[in-house]
Amino acid sequence: MKNVTVHLSLIILFAIVIRWTISLHPYSGAGKPPMFGDYEAQRHWMEITYNLPVGDWYQNTTDNDLQYWGLDYPPLTAYHSWALGIVSHSLNSSWVELHKSRGLESYDHKLFMRYSVLVVDLIVYLPAVFVYFLFCSPGLHDQYSQLVVCTVALLYPGLMLIDYGHFQYNCVSLGFALWGVIGLCKGHDLLGSLAFVLALNYKQMELYHAVPFFCYLLGKCISHFRKNYHEGMVKFVKLSAVVLASFSICWLPFLQSREQLTQVLHRLFPFARGLFEDKVANVWCSLSLVVKFKQILSISALTKICLTTTLLLIIPSSLDLLFRPSIPKFKLALVNSSLIFFLFSFQVHEKSILLAALPVLLLLPENFFACIWFLLISTFSMLPLLVNDGLTIAFLASTLLFYLLCDILTCVEFQQSVNRCNQNITRLKFFLEKQSQMLFAAFIVSITGMVILTFVLLAIRPPERYPDLFPVIVSAYSCAHFLMFLVYFHWCQLTISPSSFLSSSNDRTESIQDNLSVKRQHKKLKSN
Amino acid sequence: MLWRISLAISCVKLLLVYAYHSTDFEVHRNWMAITNSLPLDEWYISDISQWTLDYPPVFAWMEKCFTYVAAFIDPQMLILDNLNYASNSTIAFQRLSVIVTDFILVYAVIEYAKYYKKISKSSSESEGNNFDPQLVLTFLLLANVGLLIVDHIHFQYNGILFGILILSILRISQDCLYEGAFWFALLLNMKHIYLYIAPAFGIYLLRNACFQSDKDGRIIWTSFSFQRIFFLASIVASVFTISFGPFLLKGQLFQVLGRLFPFKRGLCHAYWAPNFWTLYNVLDKGLAIAGSRLNLLPSNMTSAAAMTGGLVREYEHSILPTVKPFHTFLLTALSMLPLVLRLWFSTKGRNCFVECLSMCAFCAFLFGWHVHEKAVLLITIPLTLVVLDEKSWAKIFLLLSFVGHYSLFPLIYTSAESPFKCGVFLMYTIFSFYSLGKRHLRRTKKDDHFLPLMTVTEKIYLVGFALLHVYNQLLHHYVFRLNSTLPFLPLLFTSLYCALGVFYIWIISLKTFLLNR
Repeated sequence: MKNVTVHLSLIILFAIVIRWTISLHPYSGAGKPPMFGDYEAQRHWMEITYNLPVGDWYQNTTDNDLQYWGLDYPPLTAYHSWALGIVSHSLNSSWVELHKSRGLESYDHKLFMRYSVLVVDLIVYLPAVFVYFLFCSPGLHDQYSQLVVCTVALLYPGLMLIDYGHFQYNCVSLGFALWGVIGLCKGHDLLGSLAFVLALNYKQMELYHAVPFFCYLLGKCISHFRKNYHEGMVKFVKLSAVVLASFSICWLPFLQSREQLTQVLHRLFPFARGLFEDKVANVWCSLSLVVKFKQILSISALTKICLTTTLLLIIPSSLDLLFRPSIPKFKLALVNSSLIFFLFSFQVHEKSILLAALPVLLLLPENFFACIWFLLISTFSMLPLLVNDGLTIAFLASTLLFYLLCDILTCVEFQQSVNRCNQNITRLKFFLEKQSQMLFAAFIVSITGMVILTFVLLAIRPPERYPDLFPVIVSAYSCAHFLMFLVYFHWCQLTISPSSFLSSSNDRTESIQDNLSVKRQHKKLKSN
Repeated sequence: MLWRISLAISCVKLLLVYAYHSTDFEVHRNWMAITNSLPLDEWYISDISQWTLDYPPVFAWMEKCFTYVAAFIDPQMLILDNLNYASNSTIAFQRLSVIVTDFILVYAVIEYAKYYKKISKSSSESEGNNFDPQLVLTFLLLANVGLLIVDHIHFQYNGILFGILILSILRISQDCLYEGAFWFALLLNMKHIYLYIAPAFGIYLLRNACFQSDKDGRIIWTSFSFQRIFFLASIVASVFTISFGPFLLKGQLFQVLGRLFPFKRGLCHAYWAPNFWTLYNVLDKGLAIAGSRLNLLPSNMTSAAAMTGGLVREYEHSILPTVKPFHTFLLTALSMLPLVLRLWFSTKGRNCFVECLSMCAFCAFLFGWHVHEKAVLLITIPLTLVVLDEKSWAKIFLLLSFVGHYSLFPLIYTSAESPFKCGVFLMYTIFSFYSLGKRHLRRTKKDDHFLPLMTVTEKIYLVGFALLHVYNQLLHHYVFRLNSTLPFLPLLFTSLYCALGVFYIWIISLKTFLLNR
């Protein structure tokens, strides 16, 4: 057996094994009638889509009570549910029986649901991670580091706990988004945007990533446009054609009438639900420790405030990307955009931090230390949710495992003992040399804080007046970290020099042209 | 680093908290209840639960220690009449008790790895393109798939027991014979299955404690020391006295021993462990069926032979003579005799001892009375300690760990754990073949990439397991639909196919041990 095959198969098997052990744990809403949880929501969607005609999927009818986990994800999710509905009907028709199957819980059904996640994970997400780190990450030159980063990325506990514990299919939307990034990195912009449209049509939360995708592609069109009017135009038309076509194919069954379309859109963006759900580590929830927004302001006012702050804050990174489009900037802009959406937008779930975690995973080769720190905090920020789902042990074990793996795989001793023949490989380091003692101390303090808060949340009964005290503190603690990471990643994006990357020659010429064109525009403005 | 790796492995074990557990979980809960609520003289008498205490006293004392913590977690689990009690906190506590006691194993393995590094450095080992031996040893022992399946899914406390065993072997290898003897005596008083390997320990300790060797390692008969044998015996005897003494004083010794050695059980366990008796039973069955088809048998025997659900506890042989416990005992002892003789006259100390110990376990596994499939760990785990040194033993280990650990699969029959057990099994197999292949093969040899160290026949045999697995999991249920008429057929196939391999491995290992020097 070749070395690479052995390493790859070991990593894949390890990823599967860990995912599967997590799936042995309970799911959200297990044994909690009448509403149960996300597991029941997904099962209910299978029931609805299997039994009802396409036109009724998003409509409130006698057979489709939208108050009970009505379908509120875009069409691709609905199609996926429909396919799974067919499979589960063939396995056991009682699993998707209309009305009667509500709240169905059984050993075999849990197994089926867990398998369904594993299958799409293996098809969509897992290969994307390998392709990205083995072929699209310029920071890594030796195979050892590439495989280490793959392992670390695959074992990110946040995603595993939500998909295999709590129960959702985030691996699909995130996997498609990752394929989109791969397409863009490899210069296949059309395929990349197609993959991203799929992601967007699987889960509307992917809008968090939409702005950087849009800005990067538009920026690239503009720079082409400047070089060659014709070429840029063709590129733009091609891109928009692909996006429009793929969108309309996805939405085809719902384009019959205007009402139907508005109904679906209304289901996807329910502004009536409130500022935030439960305790989420974003700015509004943290600020509500001090100011009770929910009581002071009306929902429409809140919506406007959220919208304006989000849009305002997203401008710097977007403009930077638009005028200096490059892959490194694009990846950082993905982090920044999704973090801003998570922190400032309306109606955010705790789980949405996964959308920020995905682009952070992509930065692992460039900045291992900061990314690991972020990933740990992001998993921690979901702790109250996970405790609610009965996933405490899974959380503790998988997070500790993740940290230990990062530590072991990057320590010199381990690298020497597995690579005894070639001594001079470029070693991946947890801490870079230039990072100061101060930063290390900050990391230790932050992790210690996390451990203490975890202990407090699990072991200490909160005072009766404030039953939510500890979850809110956890949220605020994570939120503070996210804000600092936001500033840090902005700083990274704005100061990154295009020449420091492999595709430097292209980027440099482009940036020079950018400068020239900016000057030209100034002249035009003046003459006008 | 090794500690961090072992901690990471413990995290994986921790993730298995909610996995399926067998009745052994209730067995150990019941023993905690017994040791907590009953006075010492009723421990081995109580039969409130069907799972009576059938481990030696020191293990019972360990359960007693657990109860002091358990009382804080959930006192309900310590009540005798609370049969089959399994609240979430009880499950978490019991699983954690296994994981925590496993750190004895971790300690022993890391100590052994350090010791191994020290001795292998002195023998000027060639630095090739391979892993650090310390790392390989740690992985092979701590992430042993059989141990994971049996301890952390099925539920048992083998981790701590093997930890003590490795510690004992380590001390003996370091020439601290008395300390090694102490640990082994303690081990015998925790689980008496280790009596299977006691001959090797006894012979080796006697040989090395009482006699000295000359420069070539040959025994000097005149150097017999009465003082040292007395010292050795007193250590072992004192451990046994402390353990069994209280029961002896109360006149319960035979009651305790009766509980420990229940010969009323059948020749084979409910699922046939892949040993000699499986082959014997299958031969009997085959002869019976063939006989009835050919009308060679009297009619009263054909009815017994036609019975298909042959996997009951008491299997009545219809053609071949029925086996009694005494026969298996005799056969086991006879098969061990050449091994211990070989050990006595061996000039190579440590390795020969460990090999002999594994071989004794092997003989007991093959010929013993009512052998569990789990007993295969008793061969593979000690054998792991010598796989880095010799190619022939590495080969035996690879074959046996593949076959033996696969034969543990029926233990975890639930479908939810199936991907886990297959995944871990494949990982362990790939890693062991890869690391040992790299260690023992010259880099120039290019043809041996797939399943290194194996001959063609062995490769075919191992690949056959894939077919066996597909048949058992899919074809039997969904294609042939034999589940209602022949429900035991997959188990029978597994036992038989593994038994053939195990028997073959026994022969080549016997050859290696006795002849190859």
